[in-house]
Amino acid sequence: MREITSDEISKAVALLAQTSNFELGGDILELLKKARSSEVSPVVCDVLDKLLDNARIAKSESMPLCQDCGTAVVFLDIGQDVHVTGGDICSAIAGGVRQGYQEGYLRKSMVEHPFSSRINTTDNTPPVIHTEIVPGDKIKISFMPKGGGAENMSRLVMLKPGAGSQSIINAVTSAVDEAGGNPCPPLIIGLGIGATSEKSMQNAKRALLRPAGQPSFDPEVAALEAQVLESVNRLGIGPLGMGGSITAMAVHAEVRPCHFASLPLAINLQCHSARHTEVIL
Amino acid sequence: MVTWNITSPFDEATIDKLHAGDLVAISGTIYTARDAAHKRLIDSLNNEIPLPFDLQGQTIYYMGPSPSRPGQIIGSCGPTTSGRMDAFTPALLRAGLRAIIGKGKRSLEVIESIKNNHAVYLVTYGGAGALLAKSVRRAEIVAYSELGAESIMRLEVESFPAVVANDAHGGNLFEEQIAKYRRI
Repeated sequence: MREITSDEISKAVALLAQTSNFELGGDILELLKKARSSEVSPVVCDVLDKLLDNARIAKSESMPLCQDCGTAVVFLDIGQDVHVTGGDICSAIAGGVRQGYQEGYLRKSMVEHPFSSRINTTDNTPPVIHTEIVPGDKIKISFMPKGGGAENMSRLVMLKPGAGSQSIINAVTSAVDEAGGNPCPPLIIGLGIGATSEKSMQNAKRALLRPAGQPSFDPEVAALEAQVLESVNRLGIGPLGMGGSITAMAVHAEVRPCHFASLPLAINLQCHSARHTEVIL
Repeated sequence: MVTWNITSPFDEATIDKLHAGDLVAISGTIYTARDAAHKRLIDSLNNEIPLPFDLQGQTIYYMGPSPSRPGQIIGSCGPTTSGRMDAFTPALLRAGLRAIIGKGKRSLEVIESIKNNHAVYLVTYGGAGALLAKSVRRAEIVAYSELGAESIMRLEVESFPAVVANDAHGGNLFEEQIAKYRRI
């Protein structure tokens, strides 16, 4: 059985926390440039130029792309033939978050006692960790700093099972319409369709890890993604809600089987600062 | 595109000339406040306790920065979602606040209050905190330091970029611009 030390995991997470907050992926930059070339309003073209400038400054000066350095959401795909030594894996990840947010001068936004005292934990812990056990002897760590503004616009809808794809298109369009400029469009829209209520929410967030704009491997799902994108972009909300034809840059749907009485639809909106990085140990 | 160079705190004439959709470059003094600081400001107003800064003609920016590195004036400093402050805003406008900087749309009550109090709501560039830091010349905490990133800071800004979203005449950037592109 392959061994990985908890120290290696902490170090990897500390680095991921920083790079994900300083650098936008090439996929997102491409989509922002594409949006810039299709918008016509001078105010909105100026918005997109500023977002591209911001990405350049953040990378070259190691500054957070956004002051909201997010909840530290960590997806772990753990090979079943890996043994973690020198401490438990969750503490190792929390340690990496603590170190990364401190060293990177990242904002610590987590508070304890959410409905009462709301005292800042001062180190951005605890992270939110989603674990999958997979075949193999490696650990894949995907780190996603998830900002509050976009996360607040999340939604779970338990649709009527016979309602079909149009009900999905309508529900997503209405969620994006109500959110307006709040989640910082142009968005990446993560959808979890099927499974159960809690799993669909997780799948909606996991869908955001896919390279932005890459359609589903399943042609039927890819067609739905394209229809949702088309519908959402008819809303006219545009970049930062200032009006325009690009409210979302991509829709990613993860679809799973579900109970014959159900059709869960989870919606997780990702702002244009679509930050995530991955490492395989 | 019209760009107005304006100075905070604001006089009547400046507020008057701004219309939804205009670009502005703000110089002068502005104060930051987010959720927790708003709660305290309103508690102070309700209990007739003096506020930590003079609101007359002033600007509040909904922002909590990332920490500054050694030698840096401020970290990333983009806007947070304004709608969360809706419940607190009319009371602050009645008490003399003249301009607000944030992101996203406001409630009908706030929009009315902006008009009635001859004020302005500006939006700046959400998710462009590293770029916006270039317009901040000085930053210091003036109240509620125990709130950390949510404390009230006084910022001296130079040509800080924003767009007029709701003006004193009832103009509404979001409604006017979105309507142009809406196809449903």
